[in-house]
Amino acid sequence: MIAFITRRLLLGVLTVWLISVLSFVIIQLPPGDFVDAYIAQLSASGSQVSAAEADSLRHLYGLGEPFYVQYGKWLARIITGDFGESMEWRRPVTEVIGDRIWLTLLLSFAALLLTWSLALPIGIFSAVRQYSFADYAFTLIGFIGIAVPNFLLALVIMYFSFVWFGTSVGGLFSAEMTLAPWSLAKVWDLMKHLPLPALILALGGTAQLIRIMRANLLDELRRPYVVTARAKGLSETRVIVKYPVRAALNPFASNIAYLFPYLVSGSIIVSIVLGLPTVGPLLVKALVAQDMFLAGTIVLLLGVMTVVGTFISDLVLMWVDPRIRHQMD
Amino acid sequence: MAQIDSEKYAVATQLQLTWWRFRRHRLAMVSMVLVLLFYLLAVFADFLATTDPHATDARTSYIAPQPIHLFDDDGSFRPHVSGIKGVRDMRTFKLVYTVDPSRKVYIDFFGRGYSYNLFGLFETDRHLMTLKNPERGDGIFIMGTDLLGRDLWSRLMVATRVSLTIGLVGVTISLFLGVLLGGVSAVYGGLVDTVIQRIIEVVRSMPTIPLWLGLAAALPNDWSVLQIYFAITIIISLLAWTDLARVVRGKFLALKEEDFVMAAELAGASQGRIIFRHMLPSFASHIIAAVSLALPAMIISETSLSFLGLGLRPPAISWGILLQDAQNIQTLALAPWLLLSAIPVVVVILAFNFLGDGLRDAADPYG
Repeated sequence: MIAFITRRLLLGVLTVWLISVLSFVIIQLPPGDFVDAYIAQLSASGSQVSAAEADSLRHLYGLGEPFYVQYGKWLARIITGDFGESMEWRRPVTEVIGDRIWLTLLLSFAALLLTWSLALPIGIFSAVRQYSFADYAFTLIGFIGIAVPNFLLALVIMYFSFVWFGTSVGGLFSAEMTLAPWSLAKVWDLMKHLPLPALILALGGTAQLIRIMRANLLDELRRPYVVTARAKGLSETRVIVKYPVRAALNPFASNIAYLFPYLVSGSIIVSIVLGLPTVGPLLVKALVAQDMFLAGTIVLLLGVMTVVGTFISDLVLMWVDPRIRHQMD
Repeated sequence: MAQIDSEKYAVATQLQLTWWRFRRHRLAMVSMVLVLLFYLLAVFADFLATTDPHATDARTSYIAPQPIHLFDDDGSFRPHVSGIKGVRDMRTFKLVYTVDPSRKVYIDFFGRGYSYNLFGLFETDRHLMTLKNPERGDGIFIMGTDLLGRDLWSRLMVATRVSLTIGLVGVTISLFLGVLLGGVSAVYGGLVDTVIQRIIEVVRSMPTIPLWLGLAAALPNDWSVLQIYFAITIIISLLAWTDLARVVRGKFLALKEEDFVMAAELAGASQGRIIFRHMLPSFASHIIAAVSLALPAMIISETSLSFLGLGLRPPAISWGILLQDAQNIQTLALAPWLLLSAIPVVVVILAFNFLGDGLRDAADPYG
C-alpha cells in the first residue's frame, strides 16, 4: 500500500515536472524574446523603458542564455511564489488569476462528484434492469452525452433557456454578487449557480462511466457466485450491492484517475461559452494577446491541480476498494 | 447450407470473420453507411456547394433558411426559389428581408458556378445546383446565410471536408505513434516497457485543452492555411496516441502466449515474420475498432480548438469555425440557424461511436 502511494506520488511529481517544462516552452514559443515584446507594449501605452532597465530584465529572466538556464531561473522564482507579471494587465500574474483558479477547481470538483453520483446508481440500475424502458432511455442519454461535445451542449442549453425563459444562464454569480466581497450570501449564490454548469461539464464523463459500469456489472451478474448468493436466500438488493457491484467497481476505479484531467480540460471551454469566471476565458485571452507569463502560469496551475486531484481520487479509491490496497502490496 | 457455411467459416480469414459478425450488428451497419456518405459528401463538397463559400455580400447578411419549391404553379416539376428583397428599416437600420413569391428564380442542375478543383486533379465549375439568371442577392439559401452574407450550406459542405480529413490525418499520425510505441513496449518489455508505460500515464493525466491551446496559439500568424492545418493535426495527435498504444501493447502481450505464435517460433520464423505475418492480421480488426473510436475524439478536438479561435483560422472553414459564429447569445437570438452546423457534428460523432462499438464487438469473432 505504501509502495502504491509512493509510486503514485512519484508519477505525480514527474507529471508536474513535465507540465512545468511544457508551460515554459509555451512561454518561450512566440518569436522574439519577451522583453522586446514587453518593451514594445510599454512604449505603445506611452511609458518608456531605459536600456538599463531592459538589461536588468533580460538578466532577471536569463535571456540569451541556454534554454535550461532560463528554465532553471524561471522555476526557481516560481518556487518562491513569483510567477512574473502579466503584460496585458500590468499586474502580477497571481493577482490577475486571483479567485479564478479556485472557482475552476470548485467547478471541476463539483462535476466530478456529480459524475460519480449519477453514473454509479444509473449504471447499476441499467445493468439490473437490462433492456427495460429506463435502460434504453439512459443508454440514449448516454450516447447523446458522448456525441455532443460539452461546449455544444452549453451553447444549445444557453439558446433554449434564452428562447423559453428569456434569461441568460451564464455566470456563477448573480449580477449584484459578482463584485461583492466573499460572504455567506455570496457562497449561497454560488451554490445556486453551480449545478447547471457542473451538469453540462459532467454529462460526457457520466455517459462513459455509465456504459462501463453497466457492462462490468452485467459480466459479474452472470457469475455462479451470484446464483449461489440467491440460492442462499439473500435479498435481491443484498445479492447485487454486496458482491457484484463491488467487484464491478474495479475497472471503474482505474478510469476515474483520467476523469479529472478530462473535466478540468472541459471546464475551460464550457466556461468560455457560459461566461464563467474561471481561468478558461482568461487563458484564451492571454494566449490571443500573447501574454505569455499569464498563459504559462495558468497552464502550469491547471496541470498541478489535475495531478493533485488525480492523486486524491486515487487515495479515495484505495480507501474504498480493498483489492487495490492489497494488490499493490 | 449449414455444411457449406461451416466449411467457409473454417477457412475464412480473421478479417472475413470480423466482417461477417459485424454485418449482424444493424446499428453499426447503418452508422457505417452514414460515415461513408459523409466522406462521399466531403469528396464532392465543392460540387454540392451552391455558391462560393468565401464570397461575401452585404446584401445577403443573415437571411433565414429558404425552402426550395419543387413544383411550379401549373404543377410541373421545376424547382425554384422565391426572390428575396431586402429593405432597410429606417428606424433600426436593420435589413429586413421579404420573400417575393411572384418572382421565381429557377434552379439549374449541373450548371456552372465558381470554379474549383475536383479531387485536386482537374478544374471544373459544374455544381449540383445553381440558379438560372440570378439577380444580385439571389441564392439557394437552404440553411440561411451568416453575417457576411455567405451561404451556410456551401460553407458547411467545405467545412465537412476539412473537419473529416483532419480526423483522418490525425488518426494516421496517432496510429503510427501508437503502433510503434505500443509494439516496441510489448516486444522489448523490461525497462523500455516501463518507460513507455510511464510516459503514457503521464500524457494521459495531463489536461489536454490548455496544452493544445498553448501550443496552437504559438503558431505563427503568417503561416498558410495548409501549414496551420497540418500543425493543428500534429498537435492534436501528439496527445491522442496513448489509447492506441495501450490497445496494441495489450493485444501483443496476449498474443505472445498463443500456441500459433510459439509454433511459428519453433518453425524458425523470423521475428519480423511472426509480427507481421502471424500476429498483426489477428489483431488488425482490434486496431480498426480503436481507430474508429479515436476518430470522433479527434474531430471534437479540432472543432473545440477552432471554436475557441485557436485552431484553424479564417479563411479556412471547418465545423469549429462555423460554430464560432454561433458563440454568443446575441447572435444566436438574431440568427438561430447558425446552430444548424452543430447537427452534422453530432451525427458524425454518434455514427463513429456506434461503428466503433460494432467493430469492437466484431473484433473477437470467436468470442
